[in-house]
Amino acid sequence: MNRMRYECGVFHTRYASEMGLRPRPLQRIRLVLIAAAIVVYPFVANGYWLDLANQVAIATVGAIGLNILVGYTGQISLGQGAFMAIGAYSAGLLTLQAGLPWAVGIPVACCITAAAGAFFGLPSLRLKGLYLAIATLAAQEIVEWLMTHWTWLTGGTEALVLAAPRLFGARMNSPFVFYWLGAALAAGTALFAANLFRSRMGRAFVAVRDQDIAASVIGVDVARTKLLAFATSSFLVGLAGAMIAFYRNIVSWERFTLETSVVYLAMIIVGGLGSVRGSFLGAALITLLPALINNVGRAVQETAPQAAGLLPHVQHAVFGLVIIVFLIFEPRGLSKLWGNVKDYFHVWPFAYRKG
Amino acid sequence: MPLLELRDLTLRFGGVTALAGLDMEVRRGELLALIGPNGAGKTSVLNCISGLCRPGSGTITLHGRDGERHALHRLPPHRIAALGVARTFQNIELFRHMTVLENLMLGRHLHMRGGVLAGGAYLGRQRRREIEQRRQVEEVIDFMNLEPLRNQVVGQLAYGAQRLVEMARALTLDPALLLLDEPTAGMNAEEKESMARFILDLHEERGIAVLVIDHDIDVIMDIADRVVVLDFGRRIGEGAPAEVRADRAVIDAYLGRAPNGAGD
Ligand SMILES: Nc1ncnc2c1ncn2[C@@H]1O[C@H](COP(=O)(O)OP(=O)(O)OP(=O)(O)O)[C@@H](O)[C@H]1O
Ligand SMILES: [Mg+2]
Repeated sequence: MNRMRYECGVFHTRYASEMGLRPRPLQRIRLVLIAAAIVVYPFVANGYWLDLANQVAIATVGAIGLNILVGYTGQISLGQGAFMAIGAYSAGLLTLQAGLPWAVGIPVACCITAAAGAFFGLPSLRLKGLYLAIATLAAQEIVEWLMTHWTWLTGGTEALVLAAPRLFGARMNSPFVFYWLGAALAAGTALFAANLFRSRMGRAFVAVRDQDIAASVIGVDVARTKLLAFATSSFLVGLAGAMIAFYRNIVSWERFTLETSVVYLAMIIVGGLGSVRGSFLGAALITLLPALINNVGRAVQETAPQAAGLLPHVQHAVFGLVIIVFLIFEPRGLSKLWGNVKDYFHVWPFAYRKG
Repeated sequence: MPLLELRDLTLRFGGVTALAGLDMEVRRGELLALIGPNGAGKTSVLNCISGLCRPGSGTITLHGRDGERHALHRLPPHRIAALGVARTFQNIELFRHMTVLENLMLGRHLHMRGGVLAGGAYLGRQRRREIEQRRQVEEVIDFMNLEPLRNQVVGQLAYGAQRLVEMARALTLDPALLLLDEPTAGMNAEEKESMARFILDLHEERGIAVLVIDHDIDVIMDIADRVVVLDFGRRIGEGAPAEVRADRAVIDAYLGRAPNGAGD
């Protein structure tokens, strides 16, 4: 027996059980419930909500990728849009021009993005903080320029149109079919990241963020670790880009601008830096909020048509406001908020709060 | 043959000369104390040995267990750590957002294998590696009496406890040479005594050579085998604790105006 249950909690009697990812039985139950909800969802949701779920899945993969670099390793990047673009264009061109099957094209595209990430991460060996952010901004600008001017390869400002790939005979760009791929990739990415940060290399990433001098004297090769973080992060960000390419069947530079980079930063900040769960919550909030505001706006428009002209401005303002409110009241993000709720129920009905 | 040889070491920061042609050595298995007034260059010596500062001239040679000679003044910090040199810092440098356990597991970084892919998959092999290293870490936790703090976040620990954790992290590297920069600074008498005990124990039980900097002369005189005195980046005295204490030049330079009046 690895675990003993008492009224007051769970005691681990072996390291292996304490070091598990989901050590408590209650957490296992929650996991099963979440899995059940994911399986049932596409059968009850309509096309609109399925599409939103797919967007959340893609954003989750991208946000976890960015969080590995920014939240866990402490290297600020404004190049998210560029790396998604590299993933999307590589995946698209590899299937379109080189004729690779999509299941091969996607991993190859991810590897190409990882290599590009490591290359654009080179300035991190000399620069920190805002200076590094500016250097990654250069990556963003270079890639944007290449996308729009390297016409013979990318089609320039014309979008790249892909054939819809098939998944078990069904067209992958249908929301229902893509849902399964999206959910599997998002869950796989989350599991990968959670595992990474309870093992050797993940700890080294965090060590470089917290205290790079101490990391170096305990034997962490700081330069190598930073580049590895750029590569790992970009691999996943490239995956998110490739997912967009095959879901939309269209790769267009407008999806991968500096604004994309900023929106993804907003996701991980609102969700929680250095948290896998936070990456998902932030991705969900930032993806769903505009949709929610839209729906409310439409309802308002029906009852008060004279306000219609104002709506687009109000929508932007509300979006910004929600983010600011978050930063002020819970700077550690949705992930912390969720933790608080959990703690509350953990000891319910006794009103005792941890720390 | 000594474990570590420093020859004619010079280090400058702009116009300030931190080390001016320093010669010294650490012998195999000894507990050597490095003392000197503020700004004498003590921390600079440690920074050069652990690769954080590049000396302007001079050599630092580590004689490895296998009889190999390693030129530390040309190696980056992580390579020096891999040769069995561990250290603590004057202003504690821990990974503040991690737990004590995670800090110590990081100390095992060099003794472990496993990259991004193995870690992300966390299948059988990596899992076994983590558990195996955890055993080593628990042994150090046991040695340093850190059991109650194991899962606490380091940034929230008391100052004295943080110093112990930092030393424990250095110990998990399984070093041949341990560099301690003022391990008892800011501690009360009781904490100082238990820290001195730990230093002696790890030196005697594990045979680790120790180079310790401290301002507390009483602690130094109690535990050191040998003392080197530094002033203006030069060695001005050397010998057994009692000899150094009686040395005229040392008294003039340091003991006579020691910050805690320990020179009498
Ligand atoms: N990074 C640095 N930049 C500029 N000057 C430095 C730097 N590090 C040390 N110095 C200078 O080098 C000299 C030696 O400093 P060092 O820290 O080695 O002294 P120390 O003997 O450890 O003193 P203390 O007892 O105060 O810790 C001092 O004059 C200090 O001001
Ligand atoms: Mg000092």
